[in-house]
Amino acid sequence: MYIAQITVTYKPSILDPQGEVIKDALARLDYQGVTSVTQGKYFEIKLTATDEQSAYEEATSLTEALLINPNTETYRITMLAEVEA
Amino acid sequence: MKAAVIQFPGSNCDFDMYYALQDFGADVQFVTEKSTDLSAYDAVFLPGGFSYGDYLRTGAVARFAPVMTAVQKMAATGKLVVGVCNGFQILTEAGMLPGQLMMNQTPGFICDEVKLTITNRQTAFTNQYIDATTTIKLPIAHGEGRYVADDATVRMLHENGQVVLTYATDVNGSVDQIAGITNRSGNVIGLMPHPERAVETLLGNTDGRPFFESLLATIITKETVEA
Repeated sequence: MYIAQITVTYKPSILDPQGEVIKDALARLDYQGVTSVTQGKYFEIKLTATDEQSAYEEATSLTEALLINPNTETYRITMLAEVEA
Repeated sequence: MKAAVIQFPGSNCDFDMYYALQDFGADVQFVTEKSTDLSAYDAVFLPGGFSYGDYLRTGAVARFAPVMTAVQKMAATGKLVVGVCNGFQILTEAGMLPGQLMMNQTPGFICDEVKLTITNRQTAFTNQYIDATTTIKLPIAHGEGRYVADDATVRMLHENGQVVLTYATDVNGSVDQIAGITNRSGNVIGLMPHPERAVETLLGNTDGRPFFESLLATIITKETVEA
């Protein structure tokens, strides 16, 4: 069993109103060092695949099929082997 | 006209659409998202709302509902497909219309009546807007109505007359203030404003009526040609 940790964010060219609102709020809280904020989505998906390569391929496939809209979003995937309990 | 209004889990403008279509004498039926055959209908309407809770992205899950295969098939045969608000979002996610609807530029949900310009009066959905003025008012109600598409797509939309409606002012940050577009062949339309909420004198706005008159005229003309 593998766990795919998938992070989806907007492409840099796409305006992220949530990120902008959070950035403004952080400025109000006087976090002067903050220069940009991007809000994304995080998924953990358990896969029955027995080797990491096929688990990664399945995670990539399902991400592109459903989790992102390729017009505006990009993603990165980290694979974890699930330790048997 | 036999019209289908698709009900996805979370659709909430389905009854408004049904009511409006009945008002124009359409033989209208609700069809669930599980249906796989729409061949009996002349036109299909994807109503506003929050299909599947708008989880993941607006329209992203509805796109894979069984009925969408039938909607694609209808579009391919040249029948009319109308997506209003969430319906527009579903049509873009399904790739039946280009671009994507994203969070409004100014944070939050907008519920308002806004001025719109009809930029193409030759379409199946706007041919009865025959008054000298091309500016109308329609209700909008959306949190994710900012139309986004790359430059090449936007240029193509303009060149082909696929931009049908634009906001008279910058309402939500949409590129070129685009509020509604058709596909290349002109039988599929998506728009964020709600013409179905503007068909009653009693409610103070009838600017949506020519939208329905247009598509009815289109279907009747088509039937006459085919007969």
